[in-house]
Amino acid sequence: MKTISLAETSVRALNGQLHAQAAECSEREWRITEPDGRHAIACGLDQELDVRIAGHAGYYCAGMNQKASVTVEGTVGVGVAENMMSGRVHIMGNASQSAGATAHGGLLRIDGDASARCGISMKGVDIVVGGSVGHMSAFMGQAGRLVVCGDAGEALGDSIYEARLYVRGSVASLGADCVEKAMRDEHITELGALLEAAGVAADARDFRRYGSARALYNFRVDNADAFSGDGDGQ
Amino acid sequence: MDNSQDAWTLRESHSFDRHTIHEIQRAATTGIYDIRGFGAKRALPHFDDLLFLGASMSRYPLEGYREKCATDVVLGDRFAEAPLHLDIPVTIAGMSFGALSAQAKEALGRGASAVGTCTTTGDGGMTDEERGHSRQLIYQYLPSRYGMNPDHLRAADAIEVVLGQGAKPGGGGMLMGQKISDRIAQMRTLPMGIDQRSACRHPDWTGPDDLAIKIEELREITDWKKPIAIKIGASRTYYDVKLAVKAGADFVVLDGMQGGTAATQEVFIEHVGIPILAAIPQAVQALQEMDMHRKVQLVVSGGIRSGADVAKAMALGADAVSIGTAALIALGCNDPRRDADYRRIGSAAGFYDDYHAGQDPAGISTQDPELGARLDPELGGRRLANFLRVLTMEAQTIARACGKSHIRNLEPEDLVALSIEASAMARVPLAGTEWIPGRG
Repeated sequence: MKTISLAETSVRALNGQLHAQAAECSEREWRITEPDGRHAIACGLDQELDVRIAGHAGYYCAGMNQKASVTVEGTVGVGVAENMMSGRVHIMGNASQSAGATAHGGLLRIDGDASARCGISMKGVDIVVGGSVGHMSAFMGQAGRLVVCGDAGEALGDSIYEARLYVRGSVASLGADCVEKAMRDEHITELGALLEAAGVAADARDFRRYGSARALYNFRVDNADAFSGDGDGQ
Repeated sequence: MDNSQDAWTLRESHSFDRHTIHEIQRAATTGIYDIRGFGAKRALPHFDDLLFLGASMSRYPLEGYREKCATDVVLGDRFAEAPLHLDIPVTIAGMSFGALSAQAKEALGRGASAVGTCTTTGDGGMTDEERGHSRQLIYQYLPSRYGMNPDHLRAADAIEVVLGQGAKPGGGGMLMGQKISDRIAQMRTLPMGIDQRSACRHPDWTGPDDLAIKIEELREITDWKKPIAIKIGASRTYYDVKLAVKAGADFVVLDGMQGGTAATQEVFIEHVGIPILAAIPQAVQALQEMDMHRKVQLVVSGGIRSGADVAKAMALGADAVSIGTAALIALGCNDPRRDADYRRIGSAAGFYDDYHAGQDPAGISTQDPELGARLDPELGGRRLANFLRVLTMEAQTIARACGKSHIRNLEPEDLVALSIEASAMARVPLAGTEWIPGRG
């Protein structure tokens, strides 16, 4: 295992070394110490690396990850694992806004809470949140699955496309075109497998499912009221 | 009406002209605002309202065709290890695969590469055809992040963070369901046949301070090699340019309200944003006040049609211009030779703006394979290259006449305005006077 202290090495130098592994992988296991909330730590990885960050990370930690497994032993700022393509990112603490934004694939696990816009514009990623998520989560979610073991804030799934949302606790309100759907056997099976893959001990039967009503997929004037509400959530 | 009465004796209302009457009737029938492509169609203050002061006694002209007048430009050398080196100061604006056919994207790449300039992707991601035929390619990083892929960030020659578009500042994109092919749907991770709305705001940052950190992430992912531009729709230009510079942009792309679009609400196209003529001086002022003029390059777009427009934009302080609609026209959009085809779908050559409908007879703004096949990418590329060469030669001719050995040496002092409005916006004197409205 290679250990790098960000008190001694710049983020640029660290990311340069991690990126170099994509061309010729000489070190698979990395431990990053003294991250102290720095931004863009371990972003743009494109190799099957195992990176552990011993502390708190700032914005865009593990952004656009491909193949790598990144664990943060602390909290993270805005946009953790944004646009992740594959691999696995595990946050042992809480996450700020836009966790997993626009991510196409892979698994993002957050042990604590995630703030607003968790899974915004998600495009295929699986996100499992041990705690609660803030408002506008899964906004314009296109594909993938967002699992919330706690509660969801206002306007969950606003303008959602085909992402699938599972929430165990309460939902403050649903956004435009997002509706509760029946939790059928296949969904319990699917969710159970996802919880197991994420390493989260929870019973899939305790969750409720939400998704798109598909009423706004093509404009019809009769639906105009659906997006003429009180404008909360922003 | 009495059949014996001549139509010319009738008086059309200025407030309720035929277009307005038609639009009210159309809205009442359909219950939806008009959506179309192209750009603003009404008269706007534009470069036509400016004139060059060719050299006579007080300035010394250069000989046309014979004396050298350089045209090269470097974009993005503020932080990037590998800035763009272009042979001409005219680039191809971002236009998406989805809005345009694969043949059109290929033709744009061929034409631009032939004359040493770059093309730009659009909403929906990068295609292999586009990368393969564009020697230099700018990858747009858009709010929707449709098809966003870090491999494409690394494969691009520059990255353009798009905050707005001149035809619709504050508005997102629209790709109507009828244009969603299997490939488009797959690229954008959306079902077939639905209207694809592109978000109007970026999902993972909410202000200029966040944007600075976002740009830092993009630089980290690309190992600080690629120039990063910020594209804004001209509206609050002065402040937006200052914030773009503060956020770390290598260069700024400023799109005026005459800019084209593939599909958006007409009310946006005609009523939101400001003309590029008014926006450039605001942008230049912002850059100058930060001592960043020419250090953070300014690329302007929105209604560039001729070498005179190129020269005027650069004289006002731009480092380069970008063309969209004009490039499509060069490929064959609205070609009179296809007038019968246009009429069959309820339009006419010169008027066609239903880019969103996917029925483009020229094979440019369509995903229909049969229509797309009408556009020969090689021929289209040659036509675009010709047009780009003409734009450049025209701008050079004007620059020489103003005594400049490089196009970028054109300056506001070379210009006068024909109208008080243009004089005030462009901040150059009214022709025959030393008066600039607002400056005493």
